[in-house]
Amino acid sequence: MPTFAPEFKVFLNKFTVMTSKINTYKRFLTICFVIFALFFSFPTLASEPNEPESAIHIPDHSEKKPVDITKVAFEHILDAHSWHLWGEGHDAVSIPLPVILKTNNGLVMFMSSEFHHDVHGIHIVEKNGEKFVNFEEKIYYASDLQNEDGAFLNTTKNDKGEAEVHNASPLDFSITKNVTQMFISVIVLVLIFTSIARAYKKQGVTSAPKGKQSFFEPLITFVRDDIAKVNIGHTSDKYVPYLLTVFFMILVNNVFGLIPIGANLTGNIAFTLVLSVFTLIITNINGNKNYWAHIFLPHAPKAIWPILIPIEIVGIFTKPFALMIRLFANITAGHIIVISLIGLIFVFETYFISPVSVAFALFIDVLECLVAFLQAYIFTMLTALFIGSAVADHNEDGAHNEDDEKIAKAHH
Amino acid sequence: MNSLFIAASLIEPAVGLIFWTTITFILLLVILGKFAWKPILTAIKTREKSIETALKSAESALNDMRELRANNEKIMAEARNERDILIKEARETKDAIINEAKSKAQKDADRILASAREQIINEKNAAVTELKNQVATLSIEIAEKILRSELSSDEKQKALVNNLMKDVNLN
Repeated sequence: MPTFAPEFKVFLNKFTVMTSKINTYKRFLTICFVIFALFFSFPTLASEPNEPESAIHIPDHSEKKPVDITKVAFEHILDAHSWHLWGEGHDAVSIPLPVILKTNNGLVMFMSSEFHHDVHGIHIVEKNGEKFVNFEEKIYYASDLQNEDGAFLNTTKNDKGEAEVHNASPLDFSITKNVTQMFISVIVLVLIFTSIARAYKKQGVTSAPKGKQSFFEPLITFVRDDIAKVNIGHTSDKYVPYLLTVFFMILVNNVFGLIPIGANLTGNIAFTLVLSVFTLIITNINGNKNYWAHIFLPHAPKAIWPILIPIEIVGIFTKPFALMIRLFANITAGHIIVISLIGLIFVFETYFISPVSVAFALFIDVLECLVAFLQAYIFTMLTALFIGSAVADHNEDGAHNEDDEKIAKAHH
Repeated sequence: MNSLFIAASLIEPAVGLIFWTTITFILLLVILGKFAWKPILTAIKTREKSIETALKSAESALNDMRELRANNEKIMAEARNERDILIKEARETKDAIINEAKSKAQKDADRILASAREQIINEKNAAVTELKNQVATLSIEIAEKILRSELSSDEKQKALVNNLMKDVNLN
C-alpha cells in the first residue's frame, strides 16, 4: 500500500491538469464555434424559401421534392413511437415499441408497428372500439372523415397556412424511443456501478483501482469532493448519491444521444423537467431557517419587501427552471447543428460540399463530446450549489455574491 | 409539416415521458444508492482513511527512527566521554601508584640506609669499646707483668712510680 499512495496522487494531479487544459481548449473551441455558426447561418437561412408549400401531404416517391432540413432535424430531435433506424416512408426500418394509451375506456396497448410507419394521420389503428391515428408522432382519436390531406383528422388551416388539429388525444404513456433509451441507460448504469461495487468488495480497499474502477473512481471522487463538498460543505455526504446519479444519468444519455441512431433524451424538455423538479424538491425540503428567512425576511428595508419577497419566491423556481432549459437547449442545439451541417449536402444537392459538411460535423461532434461532460457537470454543480445555498449555516451577503460568481462562471 | 408546430412540440413536455422518467429516476436512485454508491463511497472512504493512517504511521515511524538515531548518537557520545574519563582516571591512578611506589621505595631505602648507618656506628662503637676493653686488659696484664718485673727491686719500683707519674701528667 505505501507504493500505491503516491501513484494515486499522481493520477489525481494528471486529472486536474487535464480538466484545466480542457478549460483553455473550451474557450478556444467556443470562439471557433461562434465563427462557424455565423458562417453557416447563411446557407440554412437560404434554404428556408425552398420549404415546400404544403409539407403535410401523402408521401409520393415519384415526385422529386427538395429535402426539408428543418423537418429532418426535428424528426431526429423529437421523441417517436418507434425506433427509426434507416429508410423512409414505407421502406423505413425501425424497431417497433409498445404504445400505451390511457383512453376514456381504460388502458390500450399495441405495438407502434401497427401504424405502418404512418405519421400523417392516415392509417387508423382500432382497439377496444376506439380508433387512433398517429399525426406527427402524436396520437389522436381518429375522425370519421378524412380531411383534404387524407388524414382522419379535423384540421383547420390558420392564416399562415399552418394546420391546427382539433381532435382529442388520449393520455400517452407509450414506451417511446426516449423511454427505451432511458431504460437502456439505466440498465447500463446499474450494470457498470454494481460491478464496480462488487470489484471493491472482492479486491478489498487496499489495492489500487483497476479497469472500470480506475476510470469511474476519479469521476466519483470528483463529484464527491469538487462538486458536493465544495458547494454544500460538511453535510454534503447526504446529497452525494443524488448528485452522482444525476451526473451519470445525464452523462450517459448525453453520450448515447451522440450516437447517430441514439435518442435525444437529455435534449428532451420532459426529461430535464423531471430532473429539475427533483432538484427543486431536494433543495426546498432541506432548506434551513436561514434559507427561508432570506426569502421571507430579506435584509432590506421593510418598504421594499412587497417587491423583494415575490422576487425571492419566483427565484425558488427560476433556478431549477434555468437548469431545465440549459441542459435541454445545449443538447438540442448541438444536435441541430450537426444535422444542419450534414443537411447542407441535401440543400445544395451536390456531393462536393460533403467534405466540408463532414469536417465541420466531425468538429461539432468532438465539441459535443466535451459538452456531454460539461453539461452533466454543470447540472450537477448547480444542483449542489442550490442545495448548498439552502443548507448553508451563515446568512451573509458575501456568500451570495460568491454564488452569483459561480453561476456566472458556469455560464461561460 | 410546419416548423411552428414542431417547435411547439419541442418545448412541450410529454406526459408519458415525464411519468416514465420520474419512475425510472426514482428506481435508479434507489438501486444505485443501495447497491452502488453506498459500497463504492464506503470503500473509497475506507481506503482514503487507510492511506491516511499509513502515511501518518510512516511519518511517525520516520520520526521514531530519527529519535532512535539521535538517541544512539547521544549514547555513543556518552560512551565515548565515559571512555575518555576512564582512560584519564586510569592514567592518573597509574601515575599516582608509580609515584607512591617511588616515594615508598625512596623512604625504605632511606630508612635502610639510616639503620645501616646506625648499625655501622653501633658496631664501630662496640668494636671500639671492645678494643678499649682488650687494650685495658692487655694494659693491665702488661702493667702486671711490668709491675712484677719493675717491682722486683725498690729502685725499679721508684723509677716506675716516677715514670707513671710522668705519664699521668701527660694524659
